[in-house]
Amino acid sequence: MSARVPVIAGVGLSDYPKAPHLDAVGHHVLAFQRMLDDSGLEKKEIDGYMTAQGNFAAPDNGGTMAEYLGIDPRYYDGTAVGGSTFELYVQHAAAAIRDGQCEAIVMTYGSDLYTQSGTNPSFGAKQPGEVVPGALQYESPWGNTLIGAYAMAAQRHMYEYGTTSEQLAEIAVACRMHAGLNPNAQYRKPLTVEDVVNSRMIADPLHMLDCCVVSDGGGAILITTEERAKDLKQPPIYILGAAAAQTHWNIGQMPDYTVTAAARSGEKAFAQAGVRPEDIDTVQLYDSFTITALLMLEDLGFCKKGEGGPFVQTGALKLGGALPLNTDGGALSSCHPGMRGIFLLAEATRQLRHQAGDAQVEGAELALACGSGGWLSAMGTVILGRSTS
Amino acid sequence: MSISEMGVEGRPVPELDPVSKHYWEATTRGELLVQECPSCGTRQFYPRALCKMCAKTPEWLKTAGRGKVHTFSIVRQNGNEPFKQWLPYAVVVVELEEGPRIMGNLVGSDVDDVHIGMEVSVDFVPLTDQASLPFWRATAPAVSDG
Repeated sequence: MSARVPVIAGVGLSDYPKAPHLDAVGHHVLAFQRMLDDSGLEKKEIDGYMTAQGNFAAPDNGGTMAEYLGIDPRYYDGTAVGGSTFELYVQHAAAAIRDGQCEAIVMTYGSDLYTQSGTNPSFGAKQPGEVVPGALQYESPWGNTLIGAYAMAAQRHMYEYGTTSEQLAEIAVACRMHAGLNPNAQYRKPLTVEDVVNSRMIADPLHMLDCCVVSDGGGAILITTEERAKDLKQPPIYILGAAAAQTHWNIGQMPDYTVTAAARSGEKAFAQAGVRPEDIDTVQLYDSFTITALLMLEDLGFCKKGEGGPFVQTGALKLGGALPLNTDGGALSSCHPGMRGIFLLAEATRQLRHQAGDAQVEGAELALACGSGGWLSAMGTVILGRSTS
Repeated sequence: MSISEMGVEGRPVPELDPVSKHYWEATTRGELLVQECPSCGTRQFYPRALCKMCAKTPEWLKTAGRGKVHTFSIVRQNGNEPFKQWLPYAVVVVELEEGPRIMGNLVGSDVDDVHIGMEVSVDFVPLTDQASLPFWRATAPAVSDG
């Protein structure tokens, strides 16, 4: 019996970045339907399911969502580590396919974050005097914000390596340039470095334009065998490497504020794939904030630790450069519904199918997607290819 | 921005558990505790029921309440009560002289003066009967004996 080779054979995205006609379940469903159309797979063939809503009370929690979609999974995964969850799912799905646990695994994601936050003023608000259990009882009393957490990493990187706000801004500028090629992107007007560094400071040293957008959106990805994909509609995209690592969960516990777990997940994924950073044609990195992508570029070996600032100033990240970043516009300009990891996989796949239109990286053979979950905490790195060699 | 002071009213309240109750009880006496492993010597914060390195049961270690700012952020946007009344304010990660790091607010300094390496000392403010919050202030320069 020949080896079972895992591939991505279907992708669907729901309506984004603003979709007041959909709730979270609606995003799951629309992306799922579009994935089925994209792949040509019959729904009844699906025997594996993955989704990341861990709250049993939520209408799109894993068990309920499988039931709603009418999937009876032989293989199920509800891992939930934030934005990188879907990169971890690729790691798990590839292993499950190789092992023969199931034949066709679907992961779905849906979020109406923008619509909720825009129509419900108290959405996500914390009540004064709330009682906080567990590890957060040592952090919550200090009023740090999500952005403040990432700012702590940026602050330390600037201190150790002399990284500047202008350098971080280059990442936002590159993503915005690519968003201009994506009709769905939330913001498309070109940006300059000056625009970024002159935007309002949110949590020093991160400005408003160092931060991702807030969107609605959803996605669905089909992973099956190379053999099954032969009869489907799209060229299979091979999962060459997929690995995960975590350094901490809460930001106060980050062992080194300038190094993420992508240093380990990346090393493992490259070793599995048998390729090196210089072989990669395009990167889809989780740009929750400019600093997130900068740390990943270093940790994944695209430049040395501490040299991310000068590296991003070379223009490598823009289409036409050596390593185009986030060719759909990224979280910084296109779409960030809360857990963006599935969009990284969708865009990497679009590039490797050579279906990216004006945003196509010419001759793209290898793409890397790296998700970040928590507060630079849980990292998942996936290397995809047009072929197995 | 001038001198930054912050209150405690309305802040999140720790839920005391079998481990954290010892830590918070000490804060009411003006003591800042970390943990030390009697087996491997690892010191850790936050408090846990086991040593994060070797899984043995750790012991409490009273600190001097001094350290240096390891990293920080100046929070300028936060819509949540009670924090929005104190904007902008400094959230710091302090590396204690004993080794472990702890998050807190640095008060009493201009937010523009907060920097990595800044020497700070603890200053407790009661939050509830069962817990005081350890704030941080710039350590006063030592008075010369000469």
